[in-house]
Amino acid sequence: MTRTPLRPLARILKARAQGENPDVIERENLRLRHEQIRDASRNRAEVRLLVLGLAFFVAFSAIGMRMGLVATTEAAEPRSFASGAEILAQRADITDRNGRVLATNMLTHALYAHPKDMVDPARVAGELAAIFPELNAEDLTRRFTDGRSFMWLRKVLSPEQMQAVHDIGDPGLLFGPREMRLYPNGTLAAHVLGGTSFGAEGVHSAEVIGTAGIERAMDARLRDPALSATPLELSLDLTVQAAVEEILDAGITMMNAKGGAAIIMDVKTGEVVSMASLPAFDPNNRPNPVLPKDAEPGDSPLFNRAVQGVYELGSTFKIFATAQAMELGMVGPDTLVDANAPMQWGRHRIREFQNKNYGPLATVTDVIVKSSNVGTARLALQIGGLRQQAFLKSLGFFDPTPIELTEAPGAKPLLPARWPDIVTITTSYGHGMSASPLHLAAAYATIANGGITVKPTLLKQAGPQPGVRVMREEVADASVEMLRQVVTRGTASMAEVEGYEVAGKTGTADKPKRTGGYYKDKVINTFASVFPASDPKYVVLVTLDEPVETSGTEPRRTAGWTAVPVAAEITRRIAPLLGIRPSVEAPPVDTLTAVRN
Amino acid sequence: MRPVIYVLSFIAVLGLGFWAYREHYDTRQALRDVSRLNSEIAGLREALALQRAEWAYLNRPDRLRELAALNFERLGLLPLEPSQFGDTATISYPAVEEFFGDLNNSVMVHGQLNPEEEPL
Repeated sequence: MTRTPLRPLARILKARAQGENPDVIERENLRLRHEQIRDASRNRAEVRLLVLGLAFFVAFSAIGMRMGLVATTEAAEPRSFASGAEILAQRADITDRNGRVLATNMLTHALYAHPKDMVDPARVAGELAAIFPELNAEDLTRRFTDGRSFMWLRKVLSPEQMQAVHDIGDPGLLFGPREMRLYPNGTLAAHVLGGTSFGAEGVHSAEVIGTAGIERAMDARLRDPALSATPLELSLDLTVQAAVEEILDAGITMMNAKGGAAIIMDVKTGEVVSMASLPAFDPNNRPNPVLPKDAEPGDSPLFNRAVQGVYELGSTFKIFATAQAMELGMVGPDTLVDANAPMQWGRHRIREFQNKNYGPLATVTDVIVKSSNVGTARLALQIGGLRQQAFLKSLGFFDPTPIELTEAPGAKPLLPARWPDIVTITTSYGHGMSASPLHLAAAYATIANGGITVKPTLLKQAGPQPGVRVMREEVADASVEMLRQVVTRGTASMAEVEGYEVAGKTGTADKPKRTGGYYKDKVINTFASVFPASDPKYVVLVTLDEPVETSGTEPRRTAGWTAVPVAAEITRRIAPLLGIRPSVEAPPVDTLTAVRN
Repeated sequence: MRPVIYVLSFIAVLGLGFWAYREHYDTRQALRDVSRLNSEIAGLREALALQRAEWAYLNRPDRLRELAALNFERLGLLPLEPSQFGDTATISYPAVEEFFGDLNNSVMVHGQLNPEEEPL
């Protein structure tokens, strides 16, 4: 740029010659120069603004495009994280108390079809029918060709079946991955585990939901993604459960019974170590619950006798009447009470078994040992109906058991609508009100636990649970001692297992007819026991449905001949498994050792 | 001075670009490795779960009981009995080994000990 001088000499001289002020020329030039400078700086500023605007535009459009991209593309899982086990299993395993697997998941495949992609629907239908006997070739051909574009064929496939379907080689047959629930032990603990089925199904996955038992009761816990890697630990002991089921099954066969149940419960923690109900089913292949119309609910193998079998439990209830009488301070174990049979109450006549008479007077211990109906009836009348109800309620006989099974809330004890004196009398020896074997086991556990209530549970516990004291410890101890005498010199002599001090009470109840009244020759036999009597640790309860012992000249249907030997065998087998040593009498002190100083 | 800075910054831009290019491809390769490893881990976990299930299935009490019965002659396994509990008091003490029992290269010594000397 050429720089014009502010005072060009030529113009100045010329202006001076003409007598003009030369300063005007200088000002004029200065103005022009300032204008040039101003224009240049304006241009520069404009360019800068443009560049800045461009930079902002690029930055904002980059952000905008990125946002658009994030919004329109499908979300992808972050790939740089390490995968945990929780991603794989959608349902937590179930194990026993020692970590042995009771229920786990297995990856398998479901089979579905896209009929519109099929090359030869008729051939596919034929080959599928050859692999799966339950499919029909004509039916399949019709459904493949009726214009639908999607259909399910099988929910789960075995690897062999999958290979066979693969070998058909039709592009219209497709597999979707499925997680299948597997119960490796088959029928073992079937009623506790219940079973599962598929809920909402999609091509890529399907929900597995519990249909019964603990699978349904604990469904939310088992499906919780945060806990799917931690197995649900039950209180069951697989080995004990297997032994109990084996012996119970043999017992049912030997005693010609229709079914039976057994419960082993820890008296301190309320943990159910074993719960068996036979006949059982395979939870891997849960049978259809629909029964013929005339069948009793108990005939279904799905019926859990231990929890749902609400029956009159017979003489096993007598210990509650004597315990309450002792708790109220009315009697002690050696007090004589009126046991003169038969007893007349209004138009009812209370008799003893086989019309015996254990009276006129008997000690409270003998009332239990000999199982006197009249003796407990007299005690119950002294106690009174209201107090009797309150005591039975405190033992849990008026509510469903709180155990973690979906069947439990439905198994409410059956109580008479009113509670007149005759109900007080019959309830004292276990007739008139019905409860499940689990109720009875929990109540016996309460006695064995020194009078503090125990809540039955199927989940492994860290320690004893807090309970409510319902009777004094002396009363509970005296009751266990009475039960011990039932075994040593009473109706349950076959229950004796050397070294384990079994204490228990038999109960025989007639089965009620559906139409009213009772069957003459159908009974429910129960034996509720605790061992060892000196420091009770476990409750063993055995119930047999319609047993009859036929080794003698005439059929025997009392619990002492049926449920008791089965319970004894169970105790003999499981006590070592539970790690309880048989108590042996202390060896006589060596006299030579004793005198040595 | 200025052109030097221009050249240097141009070279720096080139270098950084090349570095970013390399890093980009390294990252993608690392991500590919991670997802391959993840699917491998998932497969192994699946196999592990299956083997655990198979272990539980093969060790189910029914089968063990049958196997114990089948192999009774060889193994003689019976259910645990109360009588099998022992007591430490009933176990006899192990026999005391004689001190010079296994002494070999023994040396014959002749002579007499002085009875007044202190015994060793």
